[in-house]
Amino acid sequence: MKATKKIKTIKDLNQTIQSYIQKRKSEKRPVLTVSAGTCGQARGSLKVIASLKKAISKEKLEDKVKIKVTGCHGFCEAEPNIIIQPQDIFYQKVKPKDTSDIASQTIIKNEIIDRLLFSDPISKKTVLKEDDISFYKKQKRILLGDNALIDPTDINDYLSIGGYSSLTKVLSKMAPEEVIEVMKKSGLRGRGGAGFPTGYKWEFTRKAKDTSKYIICNADEGDPGAYMDRSLLEGNPHRVLEGMIIGAYAVGAEEGYIYVRDEYPLAVKHISLAISQAEKMGLLGKKILGTDFNFRIHISKGAGAFVCGEETALIASVEGRVGEPRQRPPFPAMKGLWKKPTNINNVETLANIPLIVEKGADWFSKIGTKGSKGTKIFSLVGKINNTGLVEVPMGITLKEIIFDIGGGIPGEKEFKAVQTGGPSGGCLPKEKLGLPIDYEGLTEAGSIMGSGGMIVLDENTCMVDVAIYFLNFLRDESCGKCLSCREGTQRMWEIVKDISEGKGKEEDIQLLKELAQTTKDASLCGLGQTAANPVLSTLRYFRDEYMAHVRDKTCPAGVCKELITYLIIPDKCTGCLACIKVCPQEAISGELKKVHVLDQEKCIKCGACFEVCQFDAIKIE
Amino acid sequence: MISLKMNRLDVKVEDGWTILEAAKFYGLEIPTLCYNEGLSPYGGCRLCLVEVGEGPRAKLVSSCTYPVEEGLVVRTDTRRVIEARKMMIELMLSLAPNSKVIQDLASKFGVKQVRFKIRNEECILCGLCVRMCSEQMDGRAIGFQNRGYKRKISTPFDIRSEECRLCGGCMYICPACQLRCQGPQADTAVCNACLNMDPTCLDHYDDLQCWMYDAGRCGTCIRESPEKSAEKEQTSK
Ligand SMILES: Cc1cc2nc3c(=O)[nH]c(=O)nc-3n(C[C@H](O)[C@H](O)[C@H](O)COP(=O)(O)O)c2cc1C
Ligand code: SF4
Ligand code: SF4
Ligand code: FES
Repeated sequence: MKATKKIKTIKDLNQTIQSYIQKRKSEKRPVLTVSAGTCGQARGSLKVIASLKKAISKEKLEDKVKIKVTGCHGFCEAEPNIIIQPQDIFYQKVKPKDTSDIASQTIIKNEIIDRLLFSDPISKKTVLKEDDISFYKKQKRILLGDNALIDPTDINDYLSIGGYSSLTKVLSKMAPEEVIEVMKKSGLRGRGGAGFPTGYKWEFTRKAKDTSKYIICNADEGDPGAYMDRSLLEGNPHRVLEGMIIGAYAVGAEEGYIYVRDEYPLAVKHISLAISQAEKMGLLGKKILGTDFNFRIHISKGAGAFVCGEETALIASVEGRVGEPRQRPPFPAMKGLWKKPTNINNVETLANIPLIVEKGADWFSKIGTKGSKGTKIFSLVGKINNTGLVEVPMGITLKEIIFDIGGGIPGEKEFKAVQTGGPSGGCLPKEKLGLPIDYEGLTEAGSIMGSGGMIVLDENTCMVDVAIYFLNFLRDESCGKCLSCREGTQRMWEIVKDISEGKGKEEDIQLLKELAQTTKDASLCGLGQTAANPVLSTLRYFRDEYMAHVRDKTCPAGVCKELITYLIIPDKCTGCLACIKVCPQEAISGELKKVHVLDQEKCIKCGACFEVCQFDAIKIE
Repeated sequence: MISLKMNRLDVKVEDGWTILEAAKFYGLEIPTLCYNEGLSPYGGCRLCLVEVGEGPRAKLVSSCTYPVEEGLVVRTDTRRVIEARKMMIELMLSLAPNSKVIQDLASKFGVKQVRFKIRNEECILCGLCVRMCSEQMDGRAIGFQNRGYKRKISTPFDIRSEECRLCGGCMYICPACQLRCQGPQADTAVCNACLNMDPTCLDHYDDLQCWMYDAGRCGTCIRESPEKSAEKEQTSK
């Protein structure tokens, strides 16, 4: 990238933006876009890029095509993928060896390579363009969509899609109070979990009387399996910065922090680069664009404790103290970082800001439901065909996300439940599939929006086992200050574990309920207050399953080891020796073509034989 | 002055007070455990819970840390408060069943059973000792380690801390391990178990929770458990 020039006035910036927009429009060469976020890189996109470059130079195409490396597009299932413009061809799961074909066939001869096209799990057809993939069809990608358009390491590429024009609009035409009014009117609510209206939060900090104020971007993202914030920081860091600068202007902060976990090296790299580019261009620093507005941003790296995402713990961590939550009030808007008024927003919240400024509060508030506006990014994982990041309008139903976008459950299995909201979210059953997604709806149903985790569970999942999994996470991640949270999660885990091992008594269910209620009621911060959700929601919707474990000492899904036995069905066993070979305990004996025998004494119930048997000759009881 | 409602009573208190301070001033009883007037409030034991707000937004908060606010509606005696408090006591009892303080709380608030597995940790992580050490004795000899269920109190690197001046303040203030700490003072001690029988905490934690790492010299009843003596004998041979 060329050295960036300092831009001194709003007018100059507007002109620069226009010139880059023109430049993008006049690009006549084919563009090959390769996605290389952390997920893409994990699936080998860097090797693909290297070999693509080689293939291009072998065909002497260096000057005739442009290769663009972007962040994650969201469709992790298909990574690494290459999109070829202007035809908009979507190649998925590209291997380094495919790149010479792409250069010689698609670029030179304009031929499509069928084997690289995506085969849709719903329509069963191969699709040519990204837009035609059912995964993208019902999405509304106002935030994620741009990830595919820009090189996140180049500020000018962000300018070329009109980036930073919201900042010039705000600085030239709007008073801080007006910006706050627009946010209030838009109905934007915090995407970090609690869903607090952003405009009102900004107003509190604006109105707090003090000489210095802070704004913090919360990029801790501690939920296991959630990575929307990472993908925004990696793929479009300048949009988050622009949102943060506008936020700082609105609340009156001259200093800001981005709190990002150390486990996100690529995100840290891209956002650090973005900050230094913005500084060089004069979008951060003193007297920004010739106005009286000063703003600097620092990066603060967290060690990746879940509870450090809680705002008061986060502040403690930035200040260099132990990341433990404290009593609110006083809220950070009154007494936050270094006891100064502080506004904290989530990455996704901030990424929405430039769009709302650009397109207006009405445009934004038309998307979504009565109480929840705009879109939300979910990370769709688990037993689902299309895993990835999905951005959907609020109010879409769970069913649409799971079946229309996610492509349903693999292997003809039945859907059982969907777990939303991260570790302290809840599990919703089939009957709730019609639920339109918004903050209130999910809470009423016993789960939460959280930061947008969505794990799909199929019929082979035991809900007691699911509760154990999340409780185990929470008992470890609780900061341990509140007795109710520390012991509540530990004791709930003990009780549920006993139940899964067939040691549960009927009274335990009552005790579990009481304890869950107290944990929720008596704890200080959001972690403890939601820690009972995994228990309460599974008890509410899957009580029968608990009772089967407690009363009949069986695990209907065949998961809880202590309650199941693996049996060989003599009629079906062909004597193929396969199970004998995989059993780590040598618990199975038999000869070729003779029915095998399983010694229950030796069996550790690892399930290896069950997995390997081709003839369904092993059953779980 | 701040006006608020406490148990249907209109009251006026100083700005900056906590709900607990206001309640004390007006003679409303709220049980506490991790709170101590001479130390900063911590909010860990969750015994001092009260209900604030009305309708569906009503919630429980720890009164020792929650500041009074204009127009706040506080109730100290709702069913929700009582039930949560009982559960807190039951949980404490499961961790430190030998503590006189916790036994007294249990009997006062009608907690008659412990439905959890007894763990005999003789510590409820209330943090009084840590605050005592740092705030009153100006030492930094002990602190919290780890988080979640692995949390514990100890000295840095689990060895005797140079900062410790053997003041015994931590033992004095501990609500959970006093059986051990009161020592043989026939006329003042509550139980004098150490004179007459073997307090169970000694069996579990001979000198583990003596942050002074100087068992015996402080004049309290700490002595080695039989296993430990046997072990020492073995090694000296
Ligand atoms: C245990 C816990 C973990 C949290 N983790 C995060 C997180 O990783 N990222 C985040 O943005 N907010 C997190 N939050 C929410 C923050 O406390 C805070 O509400 C949020 O950052 C505010 O930003 P928003 O208004 O834009 O949502 C967490 C809250 C709790 C209680
Ligand atoms: S609720 Fe849990 S995580 Fe939150 S402050 Fe209390 S112990 Fe720590
Ligand atoms: S040792 Fe005693 S005072 Fe210290 S935290 Fe444990 S219970 Fe509290
Ligand atoms: S006395 Fe208030 S939480 Fe312990």
